[in-house]
Parts: sequence; C-alpha cells; structure tokens
Amino acid sequence: MSVEITGPRILFEIPILGGIRITETIFNGWIVILLVSFLAWFLTRNMVTKNPGKRQLAAEKIYSMLMNLVEGVMGKKWTGFAPYIGALFAYSMFGSLLSLTGLRSVTGDLSTTGAMAILTTIMVIATNIRTNGVFGWLKSYTQPVALITPINIISEIANPVSMAFRHFGNIAAGIVITSLMYAALAAASNLILGWIPVEFIANIPILQVGLPAVLSIYFDLFTGFLQAYIICMLTMVNVSGAGE
Amino acid sequence: MDTTLAKAIVMAGSAIGAGLAMIAGIGPGIGQGYAAGKAAEAVGRQPEAKGDITSTMLFGCAVAESTGIYGLVVAMILLFVNPFVGQI
Repeated sequence: MSVEITGPRILFEIPILGGIRITETIFNGWIVILLVSFLAWFLTRNMVTKNPGKRQLAAEKIYSMLMNLVEGVMGKKWTGFAPYIGALFAYSMFGSLLSLTGLRSVTGDLSTTGAMAILTTIMVIATNIRTNGVFGWLKSYTQPVALITPINIISEIANPVSMAFRHFGNIAAGIVITSLMYAALAAASNLILGWIPVEFIANIPILQVGLPAVLSIYFDLFTGFLQAYIICMLTMVNVSGAGE
Repeated sequence: MDTTLAKAIVMAGSAIGAGLAMIAGIGPGIGQGYAAGKAAEAVGRQPEAKGDITSTMLFGCAVAESTGIYGLVVAMILLFVNPFVGQI
C-alpha cells in the first residue's frame, strides 16, 4: 500500500533550444484553451437581433453578468478590462474543474497561478504609470513617508506571491486530500473484503463508491469556482486601485 | 556519518517541520469562524441582504485564508519535494 503524490508529470520533451519540457499542466492548459475558445465560438455564431435562440441567450447572459461584475467593482471607466477578467475567470474555472474529468487541474501548479499573478502585477503597474506617469508611479512608493519605501516594495512583491500561493494552495490541497482519501478507502475496503480467497474480488475498492463524490463537490466545484472569483476580484480591486 | 542515517534524520526533521507548519491552520480557522458568525448575525438582522452578505463573507474568508495556505505550501514542499535531503 503506497500513496503517490507528485507534481505534474513531464509528458515529453521537444528537442529544440536545449529541450522544452511539456508537462501535464501545459498539455491540459491547451485543452482548456481549446475548450474555452470552442465555447466562445459555439455560443456566438449566427447571432440575430430578433428572436434569439437559446445559445445566444446564454451568451448574452454570460456577457451581462461579466459586465455587471466589472462595472460594479471597477466602475464604468474601466470596462475595457472586462475581456481580460472574463478570460482569466474562464481559464481559472475550467482549469480547476478539469479535475472532474480525471485530468490534473491546470491551476494545481504554481507556474499557472504564478503567471496569472505576474500578469496582474504588470497590469497594476501599467495602469499606475498610465494614470500618474512614470514619476508619479515611482513617487507612489514613497507615500506616505519616504522612510517606509522598503516596506512598500516588499508589499508590492508580496501581493502577487500571496495571490499565486492562495489559488495554488487551495487546488493542490484538494488534489492531495483526494488522493489520500482514495488510498485510505482502498485500504479500508481491502480490510473488509480481504478474507475472500479470490484475489479479484478482494481487490475491489468497494468503499470508493459515493464518498469521494461528496469531497469532489467541495474541492472541485466549490473551491474551483470560489478561487476563480477571488483571483478576478483581487485583480479588479488592485487594478482599479492603481488607477486612482 | 552514514549517509542513510543522515538522510533518515533529515527526513524525520522534514516531517516534524511539516506538522509544525500546519499549526498555522489555527489562525484562519478562528478568523473564518468569527467572520461566519458575524455574517450569520448580519443575515439574522437583515435577511433581505443575504446574497451580498454571503459573497462578501466568502471573499473575506478566502483572503483571510492566505496565512493558512502559506503554512500548507511550506508543509507540502517539506513533505513532497524534500529540499534538505539533497544538501547532505
């Protein structure tokens, strides 16, 4: 009986530029990208102005929900960010929900969430420079007194780190706990059925039916959705805060 | 010293460290419980604002969780990556 918990496996290696490693994360990430692109194409084709079909109603509903969220949090001035927020939300949510299909979650890898957090930081700095100018951006580190500049710089670095760790930690904890649970249930059902001399029957993990589904509702559906919401919310709050 | 013994000691230390790191779970537990209690009070006082209260509480909980998540990440790195074994 052994439990094996690893990071994303390396699937294969492209032998150019000293070997580019294609991990499960990259592979599944492209699955998510294709899925989201296909959904976007599928929902928005053949759009009409009168008597819209079910597909168009769904697309309009998603669009108005996204616009309401962005307008409510960032204000009317920043609705230009809505496409990015929508893409971030869709990628993060589908990336977490991918574990329902048995593939590894894309967001259960620090590289993915780290990339999201770095993108957010770049947008925050860009918005700050666009609003206040380069000098104003540099000056914002010395507020309220020049003495606490190091603390401001540390908090500027700590922000994306905490964002990346929060999303990664939640999803990775789900992966670890789910695999521990599966191993424990296999051991327990082996204990129950172990007295049967036929090896095939004794190895049926009978307790794995049902109980993991309850865990999956929390760790896959609830956490995946909540973390996507949180990362979008933090991005919106930080970006609109930088543009004031 | 024997390398195997040294490795065993380092791995034991990593396991104990992971357990100690998870003590960080106390803080977010108390904080989230407090937030949930306050949210329950707010819903009791103003039931029509339930949706807003719930989303605000979930957002606050998820942000308050980060210190616990740091502890979890440290514990997972100690358990599954074994960064100190390579230094023997």
